[in-house]
Amino acid sequence: MSYVRWLDGYDPAERARLGGKNASLGELLSAGLPVPPGFAVTVDAYHTVRGHADVRRAVTGLLGEVDLGDAAALEELSAAIRRRIEEVPLDDGVAAAVRSAYDELCERCRAEAVPVAVRSSATAEDLPDASFAGEHDTYLWVRGPDDVLAHLTRCWSSLFTARAIAYRRERGYDHDVVAMSVGVQKMVRPTASGVAFTLNPRDGDRSQVAIEAAWGFGEGIVSGEVTPDSFLVDKVLGEIVQRTISDKAVEYRLGAGDRVERADVAAGRRTAPSLTDDQVKAVARLARQAERHYRHPQDVEWAVDADLPADQAVTLLQARPETVWSRKAATPVATAADPLASIVSTLLSPLHARDHAREGSDAPGP
Amino acid sequence: MADRFPSPFEIETPAGAEGWQELYTYSLPFSTDRREYEDSMFWFQDGVHWPEVMSPWDATFYEFALASLSQYNTRHYLIPPALGVDYRVLNGYAYLSPVGVADPAEIEARVPHFLERAGFYFRNWASLYEQWMGKIRGLIGEMEALQFEPLPDKEDLEVVTEGRGMGSGLELQRSYHRLVDLALQLWQYHFEFLNLGYAAYLDFFGFCKQAFPSIPDLAIAKMVAGVEVDLFQPDEELKKLARLAVDSRVDDAFQRSSAAEVIEALRGSDAGQVWLSQWEASAQPWFNFSSGSGFYHTDEVWLEHLDIPFGFVRDYTAKLREGVDIGRPIEAIRAERDRIVDEYGELLATDEDRAAFEQKLGLARVVFPYVENHNFYVEHWSHSVLWRKMRQLGGVLAKEGFFGADDDIFLLKRDEVPEALWDYYSAWAVGTPPRGPAYWGRELERRRGILTALRSWSPPPALGRPPEVVTEPFTIMLWGITGESVKQWLGAGDGSGDGSLKGFAASPGVAEGPARVIFSADQIGEVQAGEILVAPLTAPSWAPIFGKIGATVTDVGGMMAHAAIVCREYGLPAVTGTAFGTKTIKTGQRIRVDGNQGTVTILEA
Repeated sequence: MSYVRWLDGYDPAERARLGGKNASLGELLSAGLPVPPGFAVTVDAYHTVRGHADVRRAVTGLLGEVDLGDAAALEELSAAIRRRIEEVPLDDGVAAAVRSAYDELCERCRAEAVPVAVRSSATAEDLPDASFAGEHDTYLWVRGPDDVLAHLTRCWSSLFTARAIAYRRERGYDHDVVAMSVGVQKMVRPTASGVAFTLNPRDGDRSQVAIEAAWGFGEGIVSGEVTPDSFLVDKVLGEIVQRTISDKAVEYRLGAGDRVERADVAAGRRTAPSLTDDQVKAVARLARQAERHYRHPQDVEWAVDADLPADQAVTLLQARPETVWSRKAATPVATAADPLASIVSTLLSPLHARDHAREGSDAPGP
Repeated sequence: MADRFPSPFEIETPAGAEGWQELYTYSLPFSTDRREYEDSMFWFQDGVHWPEVMSPWDATFYEFALASLSQYNTRHYLIPPALGVDYRVLNGYAYLSPVGVADPAEIEARVPHFLERAGFYFRNWASLYEQWMGKIRGLIGEMEALQFEPLPDKEDLEVVTEGRGMGSGLELQRSYHRLVDLALQLWQYHFEFLNLGYAAYLDFFGFCKQAFPSIPDLAIAKMVAGVEVDLFQPDEELKKLARLAVDSRVDDAFQRSSAAEVIEALRGSDAGQVWLSQWEASAQPWFNFSSGSGFYHTDEVWLEHLDIPFGFVRDYTAKLREGVDIGRPIEAIRAERDRIVDEYGELLATDEDRAAFEQKLGLARVVFPYVENHNFYVEHWSHSVLWRKMRQLGGVLAKEGFFGADDDIFLLKRDEVPEALWDYYSAWAVGTPPRGPAYWGRELERRRGILTALRSWSPPPALGRPPEVVTEPFTIMLWGITGESVKQWLGAGDGSGDGSLKGFAASPGVAEGPARVIFSADQIGEVQAGEILVAPLTAPSWAPIFGKIGATVTDVGGMMAHAAIVCREYGLPAVTGTAFGTKTIKTGQRIRVDGNQGTVTILEA
């Protein structure tokens, strides 16, 4: 039995033991992409609890009878099962393995009680037909081994949140087949963060990476509260070909007690670029690397981690397939098979005339 | 913003330049008897090739070039939508107007001819190009062989004993006519391939823009870069000579202030003599290289102005002693080119597109060496010979008192030279003094005054009403004229700009530094290391300064301008076609050149 696997050194054969989220982080790492360091607590650890007689009884006994239409009853059932799971004394082997992995993580990050995210990583996550997005719990800014262990069991029990139970029932998944791995990953303390697409969302040009960036955590961009800086980077030349620096009035940043708070941005920083040119290029490079790895345009989340050395500070948090442009059927550009016929059509319809037709008439009238 | 440029008929003659029209062939100036046509066209000043006032004889190449270009479009290949490029002179400056084919039926009718004729050239490019190399070298040989000597006191005895029945006076006039014919022939050769080369490149360019709507122009240009071309050979020869000077320890000689002193110092040692013989070997043909565009008799040819190449050798030897690698990083450029090609290929959506991409890139690369190389053979080597021969002829007439100096011959129109030669011959034949000295003395003085007045005038970038869209492909490719750039000129012309300049993003990167504004090759020596070169345009012979500047800004030119090509080769940012760079920027001002976005910003006054 091994209860812990580091995310770096991920072996795809072990996907079933790590769950969807941990596997995708592991895969990014194995593609050479910098994601915050961490480890997975494997489903073997979960089974030490799930296999406990009390839990087994609670789950099989109670679940069979619940009426999905009765929300209150479902909530009650969920609470009962979760309580039962969290009450089971932690297996000594699991506790020891997690403590020692956490210690090592602190060592790797050169920090005491390094803050971590403790994330659910269910084995049925990110399946082609079921995302399970948001079904299970994630805990941020967890510090110290005891807290990590406490949140570990909460993640396990979140396999039985009311919505997860209902979702599985609707989709016809067997509760016994789904298992829970948990990811323990260093928290990023972002000076700036944002998203990136490995194509130009305006025209679908796959030779460019579009980046949106703002100060602090990504919440501001996601909620639309902050107009982000935007950059367009040419993938091939590696140059920033377009930049728009916005007035960023608010930012989300780490406040007292590990709480993320909304704050006004000081006047001097509001219209300053939230990324240096080198950072912009690094984001583009990482996004491109993810695209290469997955052989498909990507939509990534990234952050600049204040805890890391400047040249390694840009970190990838997530990568998922881009869907808008990628869904369009690929239509060939080449129109004439015969090279000379193609030259004739180029001469007859020079590019600047074509641009003009496409962009509408903004030229001075006759 | 104004919606049009001035009409050529609104432009006034500068004071003191009255009668300038007579300095050019009667068909060159704008004229009221064809005003309706001329006012209906859009004319732009060709600062790429003729940035300055043309002296009367120098207008010869202008006429020959434009007629030859046009002839190939209109009569040889029948480029479907394009006739030639019409040309005029206004106050001594060159103005061009592309002429399209308006009638769709006529365009349609030209297509099959184009397919047959251009198709033949594309299919047989390699063998035709090889044949061209033979033709051009033959032509240059013939020009070199022409000699202009003063007419003899008496004809050689052989003329009589061989019963030739004709003499030196006829030969002199015949040689001039032959030289002019060869010049026109030269310009016909110039355009034998060029427009087709541009068409193939534009086709590749258009494909890339369709596949990657936001691809920077320069990424496309980089995919055909790194070709070993003769145009770079003069600079390569200088580097070779600099290495030889350092290796054989004669480099101190180049510290002397004049070329004559350098040569004298070199003659004093065996190693110096070896260097000089290597110099001779390199000089023919590579130093038949002009420091300007090659279109003016005043452009200085290295062979005749040794201070220029010796100065470059001195700069190179200094770098070599500092341990700097002066080689053009051709391997790195090629590796970069291959990487770019691979990545775009990988990003294409379909295999069909990848096949088309490779095919079009392949053709663009086949045509590219010609596109680059013709410039050395025509504008540099051939023109250098032509100017030299004309100067030789000028010397003959100067000796007879027609002119004060050899170069005065360039103040005559092409077709006035035969009149002067006739006068000289006729008086020689009769045995009386020619009228020339009295006539030309006065006339040249008048002409010099007119040209001086014209030079103080500053030509607007364009005339007439701009077209909504520029469609003539060669105009876009060669002069960088697009609907966009024309609008830019209109905006900048009436001062509605914000102080920053916009041009072509011709070579990537961003650089800041003090500006050095120079207008001609004579000023190249003023450029200091780390400065940003601001010039109307650059010429191939400026190559050695690209090793020490930080970036380049030019008034004219597009993606294929010389400055663009060289800056890409040297990895320097460049913005071309800003129209007003040399007018707006002052030497010493700190400027930022953004070669990714095509902007130039003045950071401090």
